[in-house]
Amino acid sequence: MSVDKDTVRRIAKLARLAVPETRLEPMAGELNGIFQWVEMLGEVNVEGVPAMTSVVAQKLKWREDVVTDGGQAAAVTANAPDGEDNFFVVPKVVE
Amino acid sequence: MSDLISMTLAEARDAIRAKKLSSRELTGAFVTAIEAARPLNAFITEAGEQALAAADAADKRIAAGTMGDLEGLPLAIKDLFCTKGVRTTAASKILGNFIPPYESTVTQNLWDAGAVMLGKTNLDEFAMGSSNETSHFGPVFNPWRASNSNANLVPGGSSGGSSAAVAADLCLAATGTDTGGSIRQPAAITGRVGLKPTYGRCSRFGIVAFASSLDQAGPMTKTVRDAAIMLKTMASVDPKDSTSMDVPVPDYEKLLEGGIKGLRIGIPKEYRVEGAAAEVDALWTKGADWLKAQGAEIVEVSLPHTKYALPTYYIVAPAEASSNLARYDGVKFGYRAPKARDITDLYERSRGEGFGAEVQRRILIGTYVLSAGYYDAYYSKAQKLRTLIKRDFEQAFEKCDVLLTPSTPGPAFAVGAKTSDPLEMYLQDVFTVTVNLAGLPGISVPAGLTSNGLPLGLQLIGKAFDEATLLRAALAVETAADFKHSPAKWWSV
Amino acid sequence: MNAPVKNKLLKGETGDWEIVIGMEVHAQVLSNSKLFSGASTEFGAEPNSQVSFIDAGFPGMLPVINAKCIEQAVRTGLGLKAQINLRSLFDRKNYFYPDLPQGYQISQYKDPIVGEGEVLIDLKDGETIQVGIERLHLEQDAGKSLHDQHPDSSFVDLNRSGIALMEIVTKPHMRTSEEAAAFLKKLRAIVRYLGTCDGNMDEGSMRADVNVSVCRAGGYEKFRADGSFKHLGTRCEIKNVNSMRFIAQAVEYEARRQIEVIEGGGAIRQETRLYDSKLGETRSMRSKEEAHDYRYFPDPDLLPLELDAGWVEAIKATLPELPDEKKARFMAAGLSAYDASVLVAERELADFYEELAKGVDAKAAANWLNNEILGRLNRDGLSIAEVPVTAGANNAIIQMVADKTISGKIAKDLLDIVWSEGGDPRAVVEARGMKQVTDTGAIDAAIEAVIAANPDKVEEVKAKPKLAAWFVGQVMKQTGGKANPAAVNAALKTRLNLPDEG
Repeated sequence: MSVDKDTVRRIAKLARLAVPETRLEPMAGELNGIFQWVEMLGEVNVEGVPAMTSVVAQKLKWREDVVTDGGQAAAVTANAPDGEDNFFVVPKVVE
Repeated sequence: MSDLISMTLAEARDAIRAKKLSSRELTGAFVTAIEAARPLNAFITEAGEQALAAADAADKRIAAGTMGDLEGLPLAIKDLFCTKGVRTTAASKILGNFIPPYESTVTQNLWDAGAVMLGKTNLDEFAMGSSNETSHFGPVFNPWRASNSNANLVPGGSSGGSSAAVAADLCLAATGTDTGGSIRQPAAITGRVGLKPTYGRCSRFGIVAFASSLDQAGPMTKTVRDAAIMLKTMASVDPKDSTSMDVPVPDYEKLLEGGIKGLRIGIPKEYRVEGAAAEVDALWTKGADWLKAQGAEIVEVSLPHTKYALPTYYIVAPAEASSNLARYDGVKFGYRAPKARDITDLYERSRGEGFGAEVQRRILIGTYVLSAGYYDAYYSKAQKLRTLIKRDFEQAFEKCDVLLTPSTPGPAFAVGAKTSDPLEMYLQDVFTVTVNLAGLPGISVPAGLTSNGLPLGLQLIGKAFDEATLLRAALAVETAADFKHSPAKWWSV
Repeated sequence: MNAPVKNKLLKGETGDWEIVIGMEVHAQVLSNSKLFSGASTEFGAEPNSQVSFIDAGFPGMLPVINAKCIEQAVRTGLGLKAQINLRSLFDRKNYFYPDLPQGYQISQYKDPIVGEGEVLIDLKDGETIQVGIERLHLEQDAGKSLHDQHPDSSFVDLNRSGIALMEIVTKPHMRTSEEAAAFLKKLRAIVRYLGTCDGNMDEGSMRADVNVSVCRAGGYEKFRADGSFKHLGTRCEIKNVNSMRFIAQAVEYEARRQIEVIEGGGAIRQETRLYDSKLGETRSMRSKEEAHDYRYFPDPDLLPLELDAGWVEAIKATLPELPDEKKARFMAAGLSAYDASVLVAERELADFYEELAKGVDAKAAANWLNNEILGRLNRDGLSIAEVPVTAGANNAIIQMVADKTISGKIAKDLLDIVWSEGGDPRAVVEARGMKQVTDTGAIDAAIEAVIAANPDKVEEVKAKPKLAAWFVGQVMKQTGGKANPAAVNAALKTRLNLPDEG
C-alpha cells in the first residue's frame, strides 16, 4: 500500500503535528520508501505465532495501596509554560 | 594532567582509594578538558561548578572513610536521564528549559555510590538517530579523524555525546541508552566499550522514553573492566519500574576472572551482510580466532529471521515513540508555540515547531502503523516477528553461550553523509537491533582500525541476565585485540 | 419472554417503535491511592495537590499498579456473577486532550480483567429482568478542565488524573428509561454492598454513558433470538448523564428525537451526544465530532496482569451477602417481592431493617419501616443514615404493639414523640401512661357513659348493627385511645346484645 499526501495530512492531524503543506508531498515520498522496505515482512508466515507482549519473563509487580505521593502542586506546575494558582492554563476548550 | 584524564575508571578508583589522588584534582582536570573540547559539542549542559562541589563532598567522605563504589569518580550523563534540578533536554527543542524535579534511578544509583556528574551529553533528538546529527543542539564530532582526511566524522548515535566524551577523555565513563544500538554503535565507531544490558536489568524510571519495550540504559567506558564496574552500580531492582526484573545484581568485576576455556562462541551466519565493509568481515574472523586461541569453542549457528529485524524495529519503535511522545504538548512543561488560536492549534504548532524532522518522521510512521486498519498488518505482525527473532536466539543459545558478530557495517562516516536518506542511516543498526528486539545483553569491544585509521568494534551477545559471561568473553576479545589507540587531540589547540 | 410488551412501545407517526438501551458505567474504585501512582484519591482537594509526576505525564515516569484496585475489580466482577479473566492486558488509548497529560489513557481494550456477567433488576410492576454485562475493565480517570474561570482560557486540575475507574459495559438489554434507571440503581447497590465504589454520583464517582437506539416493534426480540445487531437501529452515546433522574429524561428525549429523524426520512448518525440537564435535551458534542482513531496497543510499560485462581477464590469467600441473596432471604421470611427489593436497594436500609426486624414479625417490621419511618424521613428530608430513632428503639415499639402493651395508633404517636424529642420508647410509654387499657372495668365504665349520653343511638343500633362501629369510636375517645379495640368490641357486643356478625 502506498501513502499519499492526504494520508500524511490525516496522520499528522492524528499526531497533532503541524506539517506545512509543502512538506506533505516529500514526507509521503519518505514514508513510502520506508513502508516499501517494511513490506518484506510479508514474506514471513506468522500464523499461530503469539505477539510479544512482554520482554521480561516475570509477573506484573503490584504496589501496596498507600498514599506515598502528591502534595507538591507547585513542583508539578513549576515547568508549565502557562499556569495560574497551581492550575495548568490552556486556550479555552469548547465541549 | 592528560595522564589523569586518560586513566581508566578502575585506575582512577584505585588511585583515589589509595589516596594518591583526590576527586577534586581529578574532577578539575576533566572540567578543564571539557571546556577545551567544546568544538566537539559533546555536552549540552556542562556542570563544572556542581561537579567540583560534588568532588569536594566526595573527598570529605573519602577522608571520613565512608566510600561508595564509585566515590569521587567523574562521569558524563546522556541528556536523556532526568537529573533533579539540572536541565534535561533529550536534545529536543520541545523540552525547552525542562528542569526535572526528580532523579532517574540509574543516575541516583551512581550518585549514591559517590560518583560525580560532569554534565549532560549530547544525543540524537529523543535518541532517534545513529549519528548524533538530529540533535536540536547541533551535531557532535567524532574525536577520531581518518588518517588521510580532516573531515569531521560522526560519533555514532544516539549516544554520540557520551561516546565522544569517553573517546576524547572528557570523563572516566558515561551513561548511554540503547534502543536499537545507541550504545554499541557509537562505542564501536569511537573505539571504546559500550554495553547494553539485558532489558529489565537497569531501571527505566526517569529516563526520557523513546521506545519502552526496547530502551535500556548501559555504560560507555574505556575498558571492559570499567563496564563491569559501572554496570554493577547502574543496575538495580526498581519497584518504580514494572519491567525492572527481580534478579539480584552480581559483582560483575569479580566475575571477570576465569577466562573462556570451554566457552562456546556462536557465529551467526546471517550476519554476513551485503554492504558491510570487507574489513568488518575480516575483523570478525580474526575475533573468532582470538577466542579460539584462548580455549573457546567456535560453533556456527543460525538466526534465520535476522534480516527482518530492522523493518520490525522500524514498526515497533516508532509506534511506541508516537505514543510516548504524545505528552510533549506544550501544556505541562517544555516548549509552547506562541499565540495559539485554540487548543488544537497549540498542540499542532508546539509539536510541529518543537520536534525536529527525524522525530516527526518517526511519530508519523508510528501513528500510521497503529491507526485503524493497519494495526494487524504492521504492529501486530511486527510483535509476532519479535517472538520469532527471540526464538532464533533461544535456539542458538542451546548450542552456544555467547554470540560473536560485527558491531557496525563500517567505521565512522562523514557528518552529513547519510542524512538525506533515512533508510541508509537506519542500516547502521543492522547488527545491533536484533539484541534489543529480543531483550538480550550485547557489548561492543574495540577490536581494530581500518586501513585509514578508524576504529571498528566486535559485538558479543549474551543470554538474558548473563552479563557476567558476556563480560568475560568481552574481556577475552579486548585482551587479544590489545586496542591501545586514542584519537589525536585536534580540537584543543 | 422478550416479546414486544405493550408498555415498552413508543408510538410514532408511522407505527410503533422500541427503545433499546445499553450502558457504560464508570465507577471509581474505592482505594487510597491511584491506579498507577501513590497519589491520594481524596475528593475535593486543592488543585493539583494530589498529583504525582506519573499522573502529570512527566518524562521518564512509569506506572506501577495498585494491588487494591485489582482486588476491587475482581470483587466487583464476582459480585456481577462474571467471568474473571486470569490474564488481562493494559492498553494505551491514544488521544490529545488537556486533561489527559500522558496523551494516552491506560485502559484495557482487547483483554479486560472481567468478562461476561449479569445483573437482575426489579421493576415496579413486579417484573424482574436480567441485564447482561459485557465486560468490566480497569482504566485511568482523566483530570478536570474548568472552563468558567477565565474568558479565553481553561484551567486544568489533574487531581482526578490516574484515579482507578471500573468501566462496566452492559449488553443492550434495557428497553425503557425505567429499566435503565433501575439498572443503574441496582449496580450502585451492588458496588456499595461490595465496598468497591461509593456510588456517589454528585462527586462523579459513578458516571453513566447511555447508548440509545430505536427499532421497529419486534426488532429487539429478533436481536435476542439470533444476537444480530442488524435488527437494532444505529445507536447514539449520551454522555454526562450524572443522576438517576436525568437518565429517564435523557433516554426519553433521545428516543423521541431519533424516531422523529427516521420518520422524517433521515438517518441516525452514530455519534456522541451530551445531555444538557438544564434544557432536558441531548446535543451533538463538538469536541467528539472528528473521527476518532485511538490507536490502541498494549502498554509496553506494563506486563500482562496475571491472577492466581486461588487468590480469586479467596476473594470470593469474603464477598458479603448481595442484594439478590438478601432479597431472597427476606422473601423467605415473609416479605413480598416488592417490599424485599425496596429494602435491599440500599445496604444501610437493609441493615436497618435487619435490626428492626429482630424477634418481631418480618412483615410488621417491613410495614413499619415503609409506612412510618420512610414516610417521616421523606417528610424531613433525611436519609436512612440520619434517622433520629434507632432501629433498636423502633424494634421496641413494634414489640410493644405485638404484645399489646400499646395499640397501633398509640405506636404512631409514640414514634412521633421519640422522633422529635428523643428518649427510650418504653420509658416514654410508662411516663406518659400510654399503655393500652385491657381492664374490663374501665372499659365497661366508658361504655356505660356512652350509652347514658346517647339513648337514641342505643335504639338505632338495634335495627342497624353496623352502628356498633360508632360506639367503638366513642369508647376509644373516652379512654383516650388507650383501650384495647378488641376488648371494647367484645364488651359492646354483650352489652348491646348484638349478633356475632355485627
